[in-house]
Amino acid sequence: MADSPFWVIWPGNPALSALLWFVIAMPFLYAARAPVHGLLRSLGALANGPLRLAARTLAATARDLRERNRAVLFAQGREETAERIGREFERVAALVKRDLEGYPALQRKLLDEITRVEEDYKKCGEVPPPPPDWVEAVSAVAKIKPVNGNELVLRVLEEINDSIKSIHEKTLAEYRRAYESRHKILDGFMPFWRSLDKTLAQADARMTNLSDRAASIDAQMERYEMIVKKTDRAEHALTTSALTQFFVATLVLAVAAGGALVNFKLIALPMSEMVGAGDYLTATLRTSEVAALVIIFVEAAMGLFLMETLRITHLFPKIHGLPERMRKRMMWTAFVLLLCLAGIEAALALMRDMLIADKQALLQSLAATQAAAADGWIGRIPTVGQMLLGFILPFALAFVAIPLESFVNSARTVGGAALVVLARALAAALRVAGNFFKHLSRVLVTLYDILIVLPLIAERWVKQARPAGKPPRVAGLHAGERP
Amino acid sequence: MKRRRFVLALSALPALALAAGCADQRAHTHAVYLLVDTSGTYAEEVGKAQLIVNYLLGTLQPGDSLAVARVRSRSFSEKDIIAKATFDQRPSQANAQKRVLRDQVEAFTGSARSSVYTDITGGLIQGAMFLNETGAGKKTILIFSDMQEELDKAAVRNFPIDLKDIRVVAVNVVKLKTDNVDPRRYLGRLEDWEKRVVAAGAREWRVINDIEHLDALLKS
Repeated sequence: MADSPFWVIWPGNPALSALLWFVIAMPFLYAARAPVHGLLRSLGALANGPLRLAARTLAATARDLRERNRAVLFAQGREETAERIGREFERVAALVKRDLEGYPALQRKLLDEITRVEEDYKKCGEVPPPPPDWVEAVSAVAKIKPVNGNELVLRVLEEINDSIKSIHEKTLAEYRRAYESRHKILDGFMPFWRSLDKTLAQADARMTNLSDRAASIDAQMERYEMIVKKTDRAEHALTTSALTQFFVATLVLAVAAGGALVNFKLIALPMSEMVGAGDYLTATLRTSEVAALVIIFVEAAMGLFLMETLRITHLFPKIHGLPERMRKRMMWTAFVLLLCLAGIEAALALMRDMLIADKQALLQSLAATQAAAADGWIGRIPTVGQMLLGFILPFALAFVAIPLESFVNSARTVGGAALVVLARALAAALRVAGNFFKHLSRVLVTLYDILIVLPLIAERWVKQARPAGKPPRVAGLHAGERP
Repeated sequence: MKRRRFVLALSALPALALAAGCADQRAHTHAVYLLVDTSGTYAEEVGKAQLIVNYLLGTLQPGDSLAVARVRSRSFSEKDIIAKATFDQRPSQANAQKRVLRDQVEAFTGSARSSVYTDITGGLIQGAMFLNETGAGKKTILIFSDMQEELDKAAVRNFPIDLKDIRVVAVNVVKLKTDNVDPRRYLGRLEDWEKRVVAAGAREWRVINDIEHLDALLKS
């Protein structure tokens, strides 16, 4: 008895005790039905209200973010397309200048060639003189038949025949010479014709090039118009482009990070010869490693400035705003510094090789093993390779500026889009949570009613037994509420 | 490992200025004091000590310290330090110092003479003093001995010694003829030393008979 909990009415039977307590409590539970229902509903509303509010706020934030993203995206797209159009116009201008500058010469050349061709054509048109009219007279003489074998007539006729034959041969030779000269003219005609054809083809190619540029400008203009109109298609195209740029730039930056890692490995050990190997900046970070990293960062920065001053990237507006002379000075300064750093890296790479060789020699002497024979010039290949790598890598790192710019530009769009998605997802989750609490309060109200089902049944019987009329207000039961 | 360091260096760079003031430069250095027993029959083992010295020279980094001292009848003296060096921060200079130290130890092992008594305690006190002077983050005393201490009548060593934060490692503890008769003598001797060293505040007490196991110990 003493071991039983205080609430056990029936010793040794807690279930029955609990049932008894429940029966005792039931009238009180019935009496407290309305306030308990109110409390449960209030609790549900208490949880649901702020969650819904937070969800709405997040949804509104997501909308605002999207609008802002759109604005930024279109502004970027407009700027980019305007730049492209400008560049296309520059190209067209260069093309027109180049081609039209040579156009008078081309025209003159064409006219000259046409004139020559015409002249040659005319020359070819000159036909040889036709056979003289006396041919007919000769034919008539030839038809005369000698009468009674008159020898005089015969001789005259033979003389005439001989003369005609010689004249005929002369005429024929002259005729052939004339044709020969015409053929020669025609032979000389061919190169001009080919040159004419080539000149025309050249002019055609230039015109086609110009036409292509014009088509490209048309396409860019169409894109620009779409961006100005802020169409969904333009937004989609710009977002896709930004995403592609982001991933490509990330990939290239990862490759560059690999290059930087190799660079770091090359110079970390020799840097310990300069700043000390046992010097630590933090618990695990050696000064030599940080110094090597600083050199790499300085190289990257110089590369960045070089690309900026060369107007390949546009990360620093101030550099672009510099006067032309100052910009060129800055470009040369960045290049010279980069060159010096590359030289230092090559020297460090050599020192690294020497340090490793020295350590190896020491270890071999400590281990009392015979030193490996020198490989001659083959053994020098890794040293030379390291030096070359040390010299080239800073210049290769300089080009990181280009993907870095793409990354920075596209990260705004991608990050903005990701934030919108996150805000929307969070808003949806909060809405679901709010609804869950709201419905949970309803479920708890129903469960409470199930708990006090007996008094509720009794209440219903009492109601049914009463005569019809104005129903009395039952304690805790609101209008339109089911018992 | 290198990549991790690279990333670590990359991430730690912004906090560099802050960290520079807080870093304890000495905490990363390692100082080792090698006591070489030259008493009695153990003097024959001195050649093996050269191997340990060579191994230490190959393992220790620039900025670390190494001292090699002999254990004689009375070992609490700087004169018993055969060779010592705190290696330069520059790797090339450190390598040159290591070569010199190796030559000094080689010369010693070639001309080591046996002593009558064995004053390990005196050597330990001397070693602790040397290590504390270096201010290294990790301090280790290697005792190359059979750990059989024999003192002359005048030598007083039965007082508490201070080996705080020092790791003491007994290396190549060979068994004596009497140990073979009764191994409890050997085990009891080591146990006594452990108690004494731990009571002196040593960070750790270890016995390593296989030199190859020294590698893991020094790296830890």
